Amino acid sequence: MKAIVTVSGKDTTGIIAAVCTLLSENNVNILDISQTVMDEFFTMTMLVETAQSKKGVAELASELDELGKKMGLVIHTQREDIFTLMHRV
Amino acid sequence: MLYNPKDIISTLDMIDNQHLDVRTITMGISLLDCADEDIEKCAQKIYDKICKKAEKLVETGEQIEREFGIPIVNKRISVTPISLVAAACKAESYVPLAVSLDKAAKKCGVNFIGGFSALVNKGFTESDLKLINSIPEALAVTERVCSSVCVASTKSGINMDAVALMGNIIKKTAERTADTGGFGCAKLVVFANAVEDNPFMAGAFHGVGEPECVINVGVSGPGVVYHALQSCKGEPFDVVAETIKKTAFKITRMGQLVAREASERLGVPFGIVDLSLAPTPAKGDSVARILEEMGIESCGTHGTTAALALLNDAVKKGGVMASNHVGGLSGAFIPVSEDEGMIAAAQCGSLKLDKLEAMTCVCSVGLDMIAVPGDTPASTLGAIIADEAAIGVVNCKTTAVRIIPAPGKKVGEIVEFGGLLGSAPVMPVHPFGSDEFIARGGRIPAPMHSLKN
Repeated sequence: MKAIVTVSGKDTTGIIAAVCTLLSENNVNILDISQTVMDEFFTMTMLVETAQSKKGVAELASELDELGKKMGLVIHTQREDIFTLMHRV
Repeated sequence: MLYNPKDIISTLDMIDNQHLDVRTITMGISLLDCADEDIEKCAQKIYDKICKKAEKLVETGEQIEREFGIPIVNKRISVTPISLVAAACKAESYVPLAVSLDKAAKKCGVNFIGGFSALVNKGFTESDLKLINSIPEALAVTERVCSSVCVASTKSGINMDAVALMGNIIKKTAERTADTGGFGCAKLVVFANAVEDNPFMAGAFHGVGEPECVINVGVSGPGVVYHALQSCKGEPFDVVAETIKKTAFKITRMGQLVAREASERLGVPFGIVDLSLAPTPAKGDSVARILEEMGIESCGTHGTTAALALLNDAVKKGGVMASNHVGGLSGAFIPVSEDEGMIAAAQCGSLKLDKLEAMTCVCSVGLDMIAVPGDTPASTLGAIIADEAAIGVVNCKTTAVRIIPAPGKKVGEIVEFGGLLGSAPVMPVHPFGSDEFIARGGRIPAPMHSLKN
């Protein structure tokens, strides 16, 4: 199952490393990644595949959310279907 | 990137900052097989069936919420109109059945259960009368039960005996729940042309043409439409309509996704998505503010009806393409107490009952969540229902009245209901009577459907 992870907040060292570590520990494969920093504000969107992971999207979402809170970031994890449906006819 | 990051951010912004949510997943359950001569047995069958069918409803809703990151505000249940289920019962009062519905709702964890209802558009059965007379007590002794009565339809006209009776029932319900500002009336809807698959409360019931069990979803998103319109200030209405359509499409797609998932996981067929703009008392989630964004100084002034007509139509046009089955009430809701902008407009005097009535001609549903003085006569409430029913019957649309004659309250005071039901400023009614009009009874015949002018 594919999911979209979005990370936003004040830019600091190690954001991508921390998120990617958590994903890799859970066997989540990153398919695509896009990142920008504007006025010290960091945003990253990732497309990930969770098929190999033992955890479901809901569980991963709550772990990433906790990680975000620790780092002062907002991390959303959602199944990709919502974006396909909302933005494509 | 397979997705445009801008699109992703825009979806998140809608959810985080513009109050985008799925307003309700409502499971419709047929109770026709629960009939029994013994009302206690009937009550038990109802409880057992609801608890069995809706056991996983709330859990499934919460799971979908977590996986998609979409808030699903309410999980609810609608059932077959109880006047049909109870018709075989020998009992004089149907209150025990309402109590049973309430218990089942609490057991399943849903916040409302609809269907303590009767359909009397052409006349009453004995069971209908028993149900209607049970309403004041039923709504006073239960917490989550919602009641509705359909008194008129385009095909059969207006049952004026039912209209007169409902004026009295509303008064009694308000008196029975006087300690909470007449809160019972917030759970009671009087319909014309009631729909069988409406997922929204308080008017939801599971019609007889519906399957055994069904999942209906109501979407919302006035905040998203309001936000989208801020980007087209001063543009002609063509642009406004197009912007609303595109936004409605996105909102509805989300509802469709949730409906499909819920239906698959619960093993229950998907019924419809209801494309309604349902406001909440939260700032920025108001239908009135959308109309004001179009250039109306304060909701209720001249131009409001036209603005609402455009909004309602554009929401439907955008939404219809986004879902494979659209139904329910589908339109913009204008519940006064539940809409921050409407409350403000009523308080500043720009929004009056008469204008609200005009607005109901072009949108769903009707005079909704309106508080009037506690000493408003039953005949006046009846006449308000008759006017609203006439609009529905003649225009082939659903209309409804959910009005609260707030006990002991005068014009200008506020009745607090709390939560999604908000707070209602008490609005004035005309001081001139309608006693003789309501006392006539009988039926207003069904209207012509040709020679339209």
